[in-house]
Amino acid sequence: MDLILEVKNLVKHYGKVVAVDDVSFALEKGVCFGLLGPNGAGKTTTIEVIEDVILPTSGEIFYKESPRTPSFREEVGIQFQSTALLNFLTVRETLQTFKSFFKQTGPIEELVELCRLGEFLDQYNDKISGGQRQRFLLALALINRPELLFLDEPSTGLDPQARRNLWDLIQNIKAAGKTIILTTHYMEEAQFLCDEVAIMDYGKIIVQGTPDALIRQHSRGTTVVMPKNRFIFKKDGFPLTVRTVKNNVEIKTEDVNQCLEQLIAHGVDLSDMTVRSPNLETVFLNLTGRQLRE
Amino acid sequence: MRFRRLWAILKARNLEFFRDKSAFGWNFIFPFLLVGGFGIIFGGKSYIEYKIGVFPAESQQVSMAALDIPQPFKELRHLKFIGFPNAAEGLKKLKHHRIDFLIKAGQGPHQYWVSDSSPKGYVVEQMFIASLIPPENEPNAEKKEIKGSAIRYIDWLFPGILAMNMMFSALWGVGYVVVRYRKNGVLKRLKVTPLTAFEYITAQAISRIFLLMFTLAVVWTGCDLIFSFVVQGSYFSLFIVFFLGSLSLTSLGLVLASRGTSEEFTTGVLNFISWPMMFLSEVWFSLEGAPQWVKTFANIFPLTHMLTAARKVMHEGAGLIQIGPEIAILSLTTLGCLVLGAVLFSWNR
Repeated sequence: MDLILEVKNLVKHYGKVVAVDDVSFALEKGVCFGLLGPNGAGKTTTIEVIEDVILPTSGEIFYKESPRTPSFREEVGIQFQSTALLNFLTVRETLQTFKSFFKQTGPIEELVELCRLGEFLDQYNDKISGGQRQRFLLALALINRPELLFLDEPSTGLDPQARRNLWDLIQNIKAAGKTIILTTHYMEEAQFLCDEVAIMDYGKIIVQGTPDALIRQHSRGTTVVMPKNRFIFKKDGFPLTVRTVKNNVEIKTEDVNQCLEQLIAHGVDLSDMTVRSPNLETVFLNLTGRQLRE
Repeated sequence: MRFRRLWAILKARNLEFFRDKSAFGWNFIFPFLLVGGFGIIFGGKSYIEYKIGVFPAESQQVSMAALDIPQPFKELRHLKFIGFPNAAEGLKKLKHHRIDFLIKAGQGPHQYWVSDSSPKGYVVEQMFIASLIPPENEPNAEKKEIKGSAIRYIDWLFPGILAMNMMFSALWGVGYVVVRYRKNGVLKRLKVTPLTAFEYITAQAISRIFLLMFTLAVVWTGCDLIFSFVVQGSYFSLFIVFFLGSLSLTSLGLVLASRGTSEEFTTGVLNFISWPMMFLSEVWFSLEGAPQWVKTFANIFPLTHMLTAARKVMHEGAGLIQIGPEIAILSLTTLGCLVLGAVLFSWNR
């Protein structure tokens, strides 16, 4: 197994608060690994310890099977959750400044094309839109042609178009063979981009695996949904459990065919029916609960 | 240390300074305004030091020709006479120190009022009494002129204003800016690149020193064209003094910038340091005659030594050897602050 990153028993305390509690995982080269979890679960702390931004309380981190050395910073690319940039510099000048920090870099034009920066290259850093800013920050993270890329909630605050646009970019980066660690609140994003995900809560990884495996394991069954006013039986004795949620009724089943046969047999109008397959969000909510976290 | 990284951050910082038009302009305009303003206030014979109330008078503007007070007192320089309709109006102003002395116009015996708690009032009283001495009783004193070119007040003040501007620019331009960058995450972003803390600090220091010396050159040239300042020593010595001074102040700024993410706290600390430094380093007034402990305390400030050395060069023609102690102190302050700043520096705390 060709490991690019291995985290062993990582612990981070802030006073009496345990932000990261014995987290371990290993990444093979070329995977996109998603770290999911509610607010305050410890995702950002975990990756900031790995990035060497903050020191761990205990635990070990291996990059290419050895402890990290100063050259680690030459070989990784990092996009923080929120970053301010040097004032009164244009996007082009900022790229050139960051390029000067690294030994191995590619041409700026390559990044401009990959991240579609052309239209705002000569604008000041603080005069660009949210979507442009995220693409620009991604370009900065890629400036040293990193082997390992950290993306901390890269699409937070973006509109749906800008988010889709960013996903396409990340797909292209994946296709180029980079290893990516991604934290996100968006389960759809994780399901779309990640080869493997770990769900964190209260500083611990509670499950880890491929999105499909987690769905199979933690959220079995399909949900049939229809408006309450359409759910009228023509004969009694419907054998499945029905749950009312607002103006709809929901029937959870592991055999959709049997469920539909029963509905037809009882004369229910299926015109506005939808069938909802389980997804990562279902897994996430099943495992972390539905209560609000701050 | 890699020069390429240092140069990149140095260039970025300089671009920021020159492109921030408001801050850039203020750095030049502020000292010009101060020097110009004080040149006008203290430069001419119209400078007013003491205000004398006279009654009875029809208006505040009194006609000097018609003013019926002792002629020698009337002819003294730096006095302004203000008219009052009666004693009560004049006394009200005297009580609130709006005037320093009140006199009743007319032939003697003269009546005057003065506040016991007013030092200026005391001086005017002595001048008034002296003006009543008849010419035949000339005092036993001989006036001697100062040899060589006279040092005007503006000549004395000018290096102080320049140094004060450098101090504010060094402390705020480094201390405040770095803390702001730490707070908004710029430093955190830089930390995860190969740029080292030493490279970053050095680039900040070089950038600020370059900007300080550039500002100094522009302001000096501009003010000198207007006021023609006296420089008895060499410009090279003066350059060394200002260079070392800016180096020590910038290093002090780096110590203040080494930790912290609160702009409010940093503002407080910067004010706490810069205000006593401004008042006790003889920017505005000499500490000659002040209690010894005040003079000793003032010696902890690099600005004091920079100004002492600059005035020695400008007004006494001192060379580098004569200002050796100040050069040594400024160099040691720089070294100490740079080491402390580098040891304490944190990218994100």
